[in-house]
Amino acid sequence: MSANGWLQFAIFCLVLLATVRPVGIYLARVLEGERTWLDPVLRPVERLLYKLCGVSAGKEMNWREYAFAALGFSAVSLVLTYALERMQGWVAGWVNPQHLPAVRPDLAWNTAASFTTNTNWQSYTPETTMSYLTQMAGLATHNFWSAALGICVAVALIRGIRRTASGTIGNFWVDMTRTLFYVLLPACVIYGLLLVWQGVPQNFHAYTQAHTLEGQTQAIAQGPVASQETIKMLGTNGGGFFNANSAHPFENPTPLTNFFQILSIFIIPAGLTYTLGRMTGSPGHGWAVLVAMFVLFAAGFTVCYWAESQPHPLIHGAVQMRTAAAPGGNMEGKETRFGIADSALFATVTTDASCGAVNSMHDSFTPLGGMVPLANIMLGEVVFGGVGAGMYGILIFVILAVFIAGLMVGRTPEYLGKKIESYDVKMAMLYALIFPLAILTFSAVFVLLPNVGLASLANQGPHGFTEILYAFTSGAGNNGSAFAGLNANTWWYNVCLGWDMLIGRFLMMIPVLALAGSLAQKKSIPPSPGTFPVNSPLFAVLLVGVIVIVGALTFFPALSLGPVLEHLLLHAGKLF
Amino acid sequence: MHSVWKTSIRFTLITAVLLGLGYPLLMTGLARVLFPHQASGSLIILPNGQVIGSELIAQSFTSDRYFHPRPSAAGSGYDAENSGGSNLAQSNRTLVTRIQGDIDKLAARNHGKPVPIDMVTTSGSGLDPDITPDNADYQVPRVARARGLSDDAVRKLVAEHTTGRQLGFLGEPRVNVLELNLALDQLPK
Repeated sequence: MSANGWLQFAIFCLVLLATVRPVGIYLARVLEGERTWLDPVLRPVERLLYKLCGVSAGKEMNWREYAFAALGFSAVSLVLTYALERMQGWVAGWVNPQHLPAVRPDLAWNTAASFTTNTNWQSYTPETTMSYLTQMAGLATHNFWSAALGICVAVALIRGIRRTASGTIGNFWVDMTRTLFYVLLPACVIYGLLLVWQGVPQNFHAYTQAHTLEGQTQAIAQGPVASQETIKMLGTNGGGFFNANSAHPFENPTPLTNFFQILSIFIIPAGLTYTLGRMTGSPGHGWAVLVAMFVLFAAGFTVCYWAESQPHPLIHGAVQMRTAAAPGGNMEGKETRFGIADSALFATVTTDASCGAVNSMHDSFTPLGGMVPLANIMLGEVVFGGVGAGMYGILIFVILAVFIAGLMVGRTPEYLGKKIESYDVKMAMLYALIFPLAILTFSAVFVLLPNVGLASLANQGPHGFTEILYAFTSGAGNNGSAFAGLNANTWWYNVCLGWDMLIGRFLMMIPVLALAGSLAQKKSIPPSPGTFPVNSPLFAVLLVGVIVIVGALTFFPALSLGPVLEHLLLHAGKLF
Repeated sequence: MHSVWKTSIRFTLITAVLLGLGYPLLMTGLARVLFPHQASGSLIILPNGQVIGSELIAQSFTSDRYFHPRPSAAGSGYDAENSGGSNLAQSNRTLVTRIQGDIDKLAARNHGKPVPIDMVTTSGSGLDPDITPDNADYQVPRVARARGLSDDAVRKLVAEHTTGRQLGFLGEPRVNVLELNLALDQLPK
């Protein structure tokens, strides 16, 4: 670990903190239908879109209508992407200069499910599988849609908390449209130009044939990279234009683009904490949630950075300690320009959020360093979390924390003036239980099937177990990062991971919307001396405690069989 | 309920055209006008039109006369259509055997001098265009001998092609291998 590494972490935190308030206010204005500075340009487009789609913008929805619209839209967009992948061979020309053929059915299903659920798990090698048209219209558009959908659900839940005796939680189509066109699209245009300036390509050329200095030939894959890279990061999607994702010098050419990329993963989720405080009229609560997130984020980074800076215990004759001009540590799977600090920071951020982009290969991390991204996803990606998904995820934990606090003092729990009753806690527990159920069931089944599950492993021993566990955790958590040595491009993995991702997205989203509907209907009761304040440091401590305890109780046995065991055996000199 | 499907289909198709075609085309137009070199892949092109490679993409070098990039796990090595890392675990015997083997070979040729770790580890993309300054320094005597140059002349060139941390604090110091090798070829004999 170096002083400069910690300096980068500190500056990242400060810049992120500085964005929280302005981003949070802007999001609140957009989602409350207030005027923004983009209105003169976008308002007419917005009205036209409502007219063409038959949306009555003034009509609000109850939670069932909202959920049905969200699911219906997701189903239609999933089918569109599946169709684009299956038919991509029919189209040639500038949108498919490499003449890539149709994608196999199981792979097309997996990819369509993956991008619909904001997971962006990639069983395929993009350069040799997906045409430019599929990447743009099939995959990058899903990055926009699934990100916007997450924000919609989060805001619907926030409205449920704020409203009293109301039957409705907003209009899904209005929320989608305004998020897409007032937030994501303008941000992507500016961000995309920054990326191109630093070296990210944006063109429709066929792959360049280079003749190298030593007289060999090298085909260099390119394409419309920058336009996809922006929303991949900003929407916490994470599906790379190239196989190596943000480790690829065309996706992430400089330390500065790397800084933008990690910032753009966190910027909307962090801003949403302020939106929460503002929309519920309790700014202190938004800050308390943010503090809890920061504690878990800093802890994850510290462990990962420390572990990755350690020398390999069984390698001799190499300089593995930091020098003035080289980072040392575990450089397998890491890029020179990022070194250890930026790689550990990226890995922590991408799994705190549900992004899943990687700038280094998690499979080659040290056992404990690689446990950090895995554990981050297992905690439910509520440390900032995915755009929207992180917000509604942490609100579930907030409900549980308030409930537990209520049990401790023997009062009916309240949250911002709403009584938390049996139905609400049931919905919160459904959310909290579906997630580990999907992960642990799928992992257990695949570990027991040698031909189906184990044949795909790249590494043996405890690390092999971790590869499978990571895959299903990443799927259900809608993260999309991988211990990528696992060959998941087989019929069984493609199909089951597809379901794993859909369960982790939509089965968890329905209880959230039900909770929003239930809260919206309740009357508000004034705070009493017995009310547990949700804007205090004590609340932040309790929230961190609940998140860690729920995560640890659920997943510690699995983690001890994987990374913990691997660490102990490796340091006892055992290889596999 | 019927209207949900109708709205879903219309909304999906219209926004797919706007975000999936309109937006990337807009970005391509803007990028071509504002940053034409970067937008087309930062290619290095000789006056006769021949493309040598990209500043950002590592290419294979094996001759003693050139600096070597880090080992590559992309395809069969430096395959810019198949980016990726080795994905070998720290506890994988294949990885430890490979790294230790490479270290022993290098050390044997360099009087047992300890090897910078980035020299024997594959990068995440397999296309890492950079090496650490320590790695470049380790290769100086070999390149100088092969070219009949003094160590100091080559070391000076390496120093000129060393990039510090961006904005003074971001990332790590590094040397772009392809640019350094192009500069080597242009040194007067």
